[in-house]
Amino acid sequence: MANIPEDLNYTKDHEWVRVEEKRATVGITDHAQNQLGDVVYVELPKVGDTFEVAEPFGSVESVKAVSEIYMPLGGTVAEVNDSLNDSPEQVNDDPYGDGWMIVIEIENLSQVDSLLNAAEYEDYIKEEGAE
Amino acid sequence: MLKRTPLTEAHISIGARMVAFAGWEMPVQYSGPMQEHLAVREAAGLFDVSHMGEIEVIGEDALELVQRLTTNDAAKLEDDQVQYSIFTNEAGGVMDDLLVYRINSEYFMLVVNAGTTDKDYHWIKQHADSYKVEVHNTSQGYALMALQGPRAELILQALTDHMLDHIPYYWSQRVSVDGVACRVSRTGYTGEDGFEIFAAPDQARHVWNRLLVTGHSHGLVPCGLAARNTLRLEAAFRLYGNDMDDTTTPLEAGLGWVVKLLKANDFTGREILERQKREGLARKLVGFEVLDRAPARDGYTVVIAGQEVGRVASGSPAPFLKKNIGLVYLPIEHSAPGTEFSVLVRGRDVRARVVETPFYKRERKFD
Repeated sequence: MANIPEDLNYTKDHEWVRVEEKRATVGITDHAQNQLGDVVYVELPKVGDTFEVAEPFGSVESVKAVSEIYMPLGGTVAEVNDSLNDSPEQVNDDPYGDGWMIVIEIENLSQVDSLLNAAEYEDYIKEEGAE
Repeated sequence: MLKRTPLTEAHISIGARMVAFAGWEMPVQYSGPMQEHLAVREAAGLFDVSHMGEIEVIGEDALELVQRLTTNDAAKLEDDQVQYSIFTNEAGGVMDDLLVYRINSEYFMLVVNAGTTDKDYHWIKQHADSYKVEVHNTSQGYALMALQGPRAELILQALTDHMLDHIPYYWSQRVSVDGVACRVSRTGYTGEDGFEIFAAPDQARHVWNRLLVTGHSHGLVPCGLAARNTLRLEAAFRLYGNDMDDTTTPLEAGLGWVVKLLKANDFTGREILERQKREGLARKLVGFEVLDRAPARDGYTVVIAGQEVGRVASGSPAPFLKKNIGLVYLPIEHSAPGTEFSVLVRGRDVRARVVETPFYKRERKFD
């Protein structure tokens, strides 16, 4: 069973979000890394890049596939986890910790309300799995 | 409706992730492509490759017909010997690649790709009229397992009294595996030592399970199509449909070593291949390494001096080599090792360099 921390928010594209005031830390969920398999490459944007909500901001690659990663909230990239360049496996080993990807300066805080909570995300992946 | 192999239920029961491949429901992975790939390089892996087709050519003229349709020289084969070969079309293009098993002088078994089995069978039938032969598509009659890796022999030997070290590379023998009559050849698609094991469908699950149990303590794991693809790519084995097809010749695909233009019998497409050899190639399939962390994958656009020159034929991260590698057709003037070019990765120009193949070569035991 996938690990889904209670204190985070989620998207249907399997990103997790930790909102702290006007900033949000973003990564991919345990479920997502598990589906993807061993991550060999993570492509991330630069600090200062601006994206709309749901726009792809980067990609995660495993041996067999590429998956895009989408902005859970619109805003400007404030920090990027450069250690994923050398150690992309952190996405598998610690998806909610060392495997974080970017920090966003949130453009519009009202978008936070449309994110899923842990229980909603858990239901969502169950439904997806049942299809 | 997807076809199932005699082992499909066994895969599902041990938690394989199943996908559709060439009309078959096949395991793409069990524990994960990275682990499976490394297990084959360092210990052993077991693959279900029952989707591969078997076509048998039997009769007085069997050798003549095989010679007529394939580029390698099947007359060189002795009983129980195996040969890699190509079916070419009238234009010298590759219709399929295959293994030719000479069972005896009047009995050849051709092992062909899953997606091309029907096409190949009709092609052979179509050319068989003037030959004293029978041609049978016997694909339903065999399960095929590939046991690959440096510990493959040790594992299989535990299940048979047959001295496996008496089966040289590219030879086959009839071997009883835990009491099941099989044909075993020292062949494979991974770049490692290993065997391919043909068994009757109703006995395949017994052989599969016994191999997994026996091999477990030696590091054997079941492997899926994803690992099969990365293993073959590290060894620079061509994949039909990606690295060659009806529109590319075996010479362009770097398979000139199985095109025997001087063999006694004529074969389909021979004149065109002779001319191409005389006049020189305009393009050829080469290996490349990406000079960047981003993998260059199948179908990505290749650019030289601002001009689109083609697409990556096969490209992937290489789990053992820990590089991004691939195969690509390049214009001959840009195909020398060391030549650099660009691959477009999501709009970004990523540099790559032509390298010698194979990317990976195992250390061989010499006996």
